[in-house]
Amino acid sequence: MSDGLNILTDLAIIVLLIAGFWQFRTPKGALRGNLTAAVALLCTLIVVLYRHSYFDLSIIVSAFALGSLAGSVVALRATMIQIPAMIAFQHGAGGVAAFIVSAVELYRYPATVLSIGRISGFLGVVIGAATFSASMIASGKLANRIKQTPTILPLHDGLILGTLLLIITLGTVSWNATGSPLIYYLVSLVFCSIVLGVVFSVRVGGADMPVLISFLNATAGLAAAFCGIIIQNRLLIACGATVAASGSILTRAMCNAMNRSLVKVLIGIRPKTNGVDSVKAKRAQDEPEALSEKVATAAALPVKEDYFSRAVEAVRNARSVVIVPGYGMALAQAQFDVAKLGQLLETMGKSVCYVVHPVAGRMPGHMNVLLAEAEVDYDHLREMESFNPQFQSTDLALVVGACDVVNSAAIEIEGTPISGMPILMVHEARNVIICNLDEKPGYSGVPNPLYKDPRVILLIGDAKESVNRLLRSLSNP
Amino acid sequence: MLDIFFMLGVFVFSFAIGHVLIWKVPQLLHTPLMSMTNAISAVTVVGALLLFASETTLADAVLGAAAIALAAFNLVGGFLITDRMLRLFKDRSNGL
Repeated sequence: MSDGLNILTDLAIIVLLIAGFWQFRTPKGALRGNLTAAVALLCTLIVVLYRHSYFDLSIIVSAFALGSLAGSVVALRATMIQIPAMIAFQHGAGGVAAFIVSAVELYRYPATVLSIGRISGFLGVVIGAATFSASMIASGKLANRIKQTPTILPLHDGLILGTLLLIITLGTVSWNATGSPLIYYLVSLVFCSIVLGVVFSVRVGGADMPVLISFLNATAGLAAAFCGIIIQNRLLIACGATVAASGSILTRAMCNAMNRSLVKVLIGIRPKTNGVDSVKAKRAQDEPEALSEKVATAAALPVKEDYFSRAVEAVRNARSVVIVPGYGMALAQAQFDVAKLGQLLETMGKSVCYVVHPVAGRMPGHMNVLLAEAEVDYDHLREMESFNPQFQSTDLALVVGACDVVNSAAIEIEGTPISGMPILMVHEARNVIICNLDEKPGYSGVPNPLYKDPRVILLIGDAKESVNRLLRSLSNP
Repeated sequence: MLDIFFMLGVFVFSFAIGHVLIWKVPQLLHTPLMSMTNAISAVTVVGALLLFASETTLADAVLGAAAIALAAFNLVGGFLITDRMLRLFKDRSNGL
């Protein structure tokens, strides 16, 4: 093929890829978009296979077959609740591929690679390896295999900075290296980057996971793009760059939804700076202990009877109901029961919709997928910004397993860790029912004033159980 | 040298287009979006293939095969799970 034709084919594939993104506006369009992007990648593979002649075709084919078989099995078996962990794991797999390719290229063609290519190669190795280890930690956290809370090591900042300096030094000294010294340098570079990824990601946890996973999405794309620069492949660069763009946008959207800056999330600053705040924050941390007795009694008496009958009555009398699902719903696996309740309420002639906070769940948009799996129509799903003004005219807000995202302290009290975070204005609805496991504050540690509001009907206990009880009472009048 | 500028241009252009398009993706589809881009980032499989375009030593071949397998895992798994996820989204007209 001539050079011009090569460029045209590449361009056509990039356009195809962009068309894939273009269709991501509605679920049906997205289904086509995903297919379009898959075709774009298939064309990329075919073009690359066609343009070059290969040694060891059998190795290529068998490795590819093995990888895709494993990928398909995992993809077909994963449940929707496991999606975040699985995606994090795949980011890691992508990271490995990127650092291996960059490292081998650097080693094989030290002389012919241009200096920009060389820098890209080093960046590909570092970002790829760090993405790999950070993703493995994230995946472990998301799958509950390792502790979800942030782990802060002694001198954590120093550790990160030290590793970074070491990486830069290694990169510099290996600049002109060739042969076996270069191998040692590259191996230590990979090792240091892996350490960096681990140290970096253990400090992020809990409600910040959506930011971490989006960030790793961006770095996986970036690693692919740098890998593309060193092997001088336009398609790799284009694909990597679009992924990096997507990841960075999601990261920003998640940070906005929590009113936190990316730097603060990633270097683990929980907002509790000046004196007054730290007292408040401390109190917030103490309070659960004081509450635990109350909770113990609440758990002993299955949901207080008067509360429960009030809840049933509130549901019966409501004409418009908005359901606010939180991650607690997913943990209790209550989404199917919640969906059933929603359908029942509709057959009773009430208007029902679901409002999802952007950071509900463990990755951007996760809650929507869980509700879709439970067969909630997507035209029932509302976004926070558009629905917030409508809470005032809503008869009943039913909160299932959500705490921080409906915590009015965020807008009423200054100086708490969540102050300024956009929340769902549940407290403006005429009646509120909360089905949460306990009265403890959410991940932020800030007590939720809603729990003390006399208007609010608290159904403490397993969300699935509470929702099912509501279902039973409502279906037998 | 021209090539390098051309490649940087490709990077900037794709990043910019991606930015414009992705701002328009509704929150509803953020998880499938990330899942799809995750699959796209497995385009590194191309790089892994190209390692085999010249004579390989044993170490190169082992590393290259590992890179191909992992990237293929990411690529095929990513597109499949995105497809599965998007099929769950139903509306009244074809749902229920």
